[in-house]
Amino acid sequence: MLGYIPALPFFGFLVLSLGGRFLPRKAVAIIGAGTVVLAALLTMVFGIRWLNDPPVQGAYQQLLWNWFTIGDLSVAVRLRVDALTLVFVFIITFVGALIHIYSTAYMKHDRDYARFFACMNLFVGAMLLLVMADNLVLLYLGWEGVGLCSYLLIGFWYETPANCNAANKAFLVTRIGDTAMLIGLFLLYQKLGTFDIQSILLRSPRQFVAGAHDITLIALLLLAGGMGKSAQIPLQTWLPDAMAGPSPVSALIHAATMVTAGVYLIARMHVLFLLSPQTMAVTALIGGITLFAGGCSAMVQTDIKRVLAYSTISQIGYMFLALGLGAWGAAIFHFFTHAFFKALLFLAAGAVIESLHHEQDIFRMGGLRKRLPLVFYSFVAGAAALAALPFISAGFYSKDPILWYAYSARGGNVLLYLLSLAGAGLTAFYSTRLVLVVFGGVERTPVFEKPARAMNLPLVILAVLAVTVGFIEWPHNLLRLDLFSGFLEGVLPAPVLKGGLPSEGLFQFIAAAVTLLGIYAGYVLYRGRKEVLQKWQRSASIRAVRLFFLSGWGFDILYRTLFVRPFLFVSGIGKPDWLDWLNKGIARVSLALSSLLSVSQNGSLRWYIAGVLIGVLFIITLQLVL
Amino acid sequence: MTPIGANTVLVVAAALFVLGLAAALTRKNIIFILIAVEVMLNASGLAFVAAGAKWHQPDGQVMFLFILAMAAAEISVGLALVLQIYHQHKTLDVEDLKELSD
Amino acid sequence: MPILFYISSLVTLVATVIAITRYHPVHALLYLVVSFLAMSMIFLSLGAPFVAVLEVIVYAGAIIVLFIFVVMMLNLGKDTARQESEWLRPKVWLIPALLSLVLLGEMVALLVIGAEGEMHISVVDPARLSLSLYGGYIIAVELIGFLLMAGIVGAAHIGKHTKKHLHRFLQEKEMEKQEINI
Repeated sequence: MLGYIPALPFFGFLVLSLGGRFLPRKAVAIIGAGTVVLAALLTMVFGIRWLNDPPVQGAYQQLLWNWFTIGDLSVAVRLRVDALTLVFVFIITFVGALIHIYSTAYMKHDRDYARFFACMNLFVGAMLLLVMADNLVLLYLGWEGVGLCSYLLIGFWYETPANCNAANKAFLVTRIGDTAMLIGLFLLYQKLGTFDIQSILLRSPRQFVAGAHDITLIALLLLAGGMGKSAQIPLQTWLPDAMAGPSPVSALIHAATMVTAGVYLIARMHVLFLLSPQTMAVTALIGGITLFAGGCSAMVQTDIKRVLAYSTISQIGYMFLALGLGAWGAAIFHFFTHAFFKALLFLAAGAVIESLHHEQDIFRMGGLRKRLPLVFYSFVAGAAALAALPFISAGFYSKDPILWYAYSARGGNVLLYLLSLAGAGLTAFYSTRLVLVVFGGVERTPVFEKPARAMNLPLVILAVLAVTVGFIEWPHNLLRLDLFSGFLEGVLPAPVLKGGLPSEGLFQFIAAAVTLLGIYAGYVLYRGRKEVLQKWQRSASIRAVRLFFLSGWGFDILYRTLFVRPFLFVSGIGKPDWLDWLNKGIARVSLALSSLLSVSQNGSLRWYIAGVLIGVLFIITLQLVL
Repeated sequence: MTPIGANTVLVVAAALFVLGLAAALTRKNIIFILIAVEVMLNASGLAFVAAGAKWHQPDGQVMFLFILAMAAAEISVGLALVLQIYHQHKTLDVEDLKELSD
Repeated sequence: MPILFYISSLVTLVATVIAITRYHPVHALLYLVVSFLAMSMIFLSLGAPFVAVLEVIVYAGAIIVLFIFVVMMLNLGKDTARQESEWLRPKVWLIPALLSLVLLGEMVALLVIGAEGEMHISVVDPARLSLSLYGGYIIAVELIGFLLMAGIVGAAHIGKHTKKHLHRFLQEKEMEKQEINI
C-alpha cells in the first residue's frame, strides 16, 4: 500500500503528459490535483495508523522490485517510511495538494494547462521517491528528478528568454552540488560497500574514526550537495532568479519541498555528520552566514517574490544552523512550520499579483487591505509566523529553540547566537515592511479581479495552520508538550548542550524583544515617519549599501567575473575551430587544385585534340624507352 | 619482283594519319576539321587492309567495310550538325563554340 | 606490281599534303578526291579489288559529294578562303606540325624495330570476302545496319529546318526566340 503514495502522482504525470492535450480543462484539473489529494489522504491514513499503533521496527517498508544487480551490488526499489520520512511525506502531499487546488484556478487562463500539472505531478512523485527511498541510489534518482522538474517549471513560460536563462542557472548551480554529492556517494560505497541507508547508519560508527579525513570528506561532499539544492551560500544565486516561474511553483518547489531536500539529506545521514565535528561546524557557520545575508538582501528588494525568495534562503539558513549544532529535531520542526507559512506567503503573493494583473513591484501596490481582505488577513498570518511573533504564530515555536541552541549547544558560540538574533530582527523588519507596503497606504494599481474560490480556500487553511501548528511543540520551561520531537525520537537524537548555562527564559525574552523591536522599526519607517527613509535615500553611502544588499551581496557579479567571463573567453578562442584546420585544409587544397586544373577545360576543341596527342606520345615514348 | 615490305605499307598509313592529325589541330573551320577526320579514317582503313593482305585473309577488308559505313554515318550526322551550328551561331569558327567550359 | 604501290602511295601523300593546306574548301575537297583515287590504286595493288571499288564509290563518290553539297549550301567561297588565309599563320601550324612529326617519328621507329616481314600479294576474291562477311561477321553487319539507321534518323532530325510563317509584326520576336531552340 505504501507504493501508492508516490505512484499516484507518477500516474497523473503519465496521463497528463501523454494525453493532456486532448483532455478538457476540467479533466486535467481533476487528474492533476486529484492524484496529489488522494496521495495526501493516503498519507493521513498511514499517519493515523502510525499514531494508534506504531510499527515495530519504527518504520513501514515495502519492496517494489529489484532494480539492478551488478556483481556484488544489488539495488532495489524499496520504500521505507520512518518518522522523519512521514513528516516529509505529510508536508509534501498535504501542502502539495493545497497548492495543486490553488493552481487549478491560478493557471486557468494558461495555454499549457496540462503540461503544468504534468510537471507538478512529476515533481511530487520524484520528491516522494527522494524521501521514501531506502537506499542512496534511489534517493539520488529522486534528487535528480526534482532538479529536472525545477528546471521544467522555472522555465515554464519558455517563450521569454529570461525564464530559460533562469532555469538554466538553477539547473547548473544545483548541478555543482549534485556532482559533489555523487562523489560523496561513491566514496561512501568505496568505504562501506553498500548503498542501503540503514546499514550505512549502523556500520559507520564502527568503520570510521570520528574526525578522520575520510569521513570528513564524505560529510563535506554531502553537505555540498545539500547546499546546492537548498540554496545556501555559496550556491544560493539561483533561487532569486527562479522566481521567474509561476507562483504555485515558487510555493511548492522553492519554499516548501525541493529546497528542503538538503535538510532531509543531512538529517537522514546525521550519523555521518556526527562523526565529523568539523563538518558540523562548517554547516552551522554556513547556516549562520546565509541567514544573515539573506535577511539583509530581503529587506531592500522591490519585487514581492524576490523578498520571499531571499526570505526562504534565510530561513533555510536557520535550518542548516540547527543541523550544524546537532539540534536535528528543532531543524525539522522549523522545516515543518516554514513549509506552511512560506507556501501561504507565496500563494497569497500570487493572488495579489494576479489581482493586479501581473504587477510585482511592491512600491506600485498599496491600499489592498480593504480591497482584498481575505488575502490580507492570510498574508498577515503568514508574515507573523515568518517574523516569529511571540506565542500566537507557529514560527515562534520553531525559531526560538534554534536561537537557544545557537548559544547553548555543544557547537554553539556567541557569534552564531548574535548572527541568528540579528537575523531574527531583520526577518521581523522586512516582514513588516512587506505587509505595510503591499497592503497599506494609498492604492497605486487598481484591483482588476478578485481571486477565485479555489485560490481562497488553500489560503484560509494554510493561515489557520500557520497560527496553530506551533502549539504541538512548546519550549520546556513553559509547557511540557513536545509531541513533535517525541514523534521523531526514534530517528533523530537530541542535541547535546554545554554545561553551566543561564536560564532558557532569558534567551526567549531577548528573542521576543528583538522581534518586537524589528516590527516596531518597520512600522516606524514605513508607516509613521516616512521622512527618515527619504533622508536615507539621498545619502550616497546608504544607497551603495542598499545596492550591495539588492544584488544579493554581489555573488552574481563575483561569479560572473570568476567563472563566466573566463569561460566565455576561452570558448571564444576556440570559436574559429582550430582543430578543424586539417579538414578545412584538405578541402581548400582540393579546391585550389580544381581551379588550377579547370584551366584545361576551356572548351576549345583543338586543345582537347592536342591533349589526346600528347597523351599518345607519352605512352609510345614509354613503350620505346622501357 | 621484290615484294613489298609489310612495314612499308604501315609507314604510309602512319604518315597519312599524322597528316590528318596535324590538319585537325591546325584548322579552325569546322569543315576543314571534318575533312581532316576523313583523312585519318582513311589512313586507318589502309592499315587494316594491309594487315589482311599480309595474311591472305578477308578479315582486313571486312574491317575496312565497317569503317567505311561508320564514316558515312558519322559524316552525315556531322554535316547536319554543321548546318545547325551555322544557322544558330552564324559562324563556323570552332573557337566560338566554347560554352561547355568550366 | 610493287611499282604500282610505290607510285600510288606517293601520289596519295602529295595530294593529301596539298589538300590540307588549301584555303578554299572546294579546292581542298577536290585534292582529297585525288588522294582517295590514288588510295584505291593502293588497295588494288595489295590484292583487294572489292575494297578499291568501294573506296571510289562510297568514299570519293558519296562522302566527298556530301561535303561539297554542304559547302555549296552554306555558300562558303571567297570569304572562307580569305578567312582561312588570315587564320593560317605560321605560328598557328608550327607547333602542331612539330608534335605530329614527333608522333610520326615514334611510329616509324616502332615499325622499324619490329619484325620485318615480306608480303606476297595474292588477290582476295570478293566471293571470299562476302562469305566471310555474311558468315562469321553477320552480327557486325546487323550492328552496322543499326548504326546507319541511327545516322539517317539523326541526320534527318537534326538537319530539319522548320520555318514558321508569322505575321510581320510578330516576326521580330520570333527571330529572338529561334536563337534558343534546336
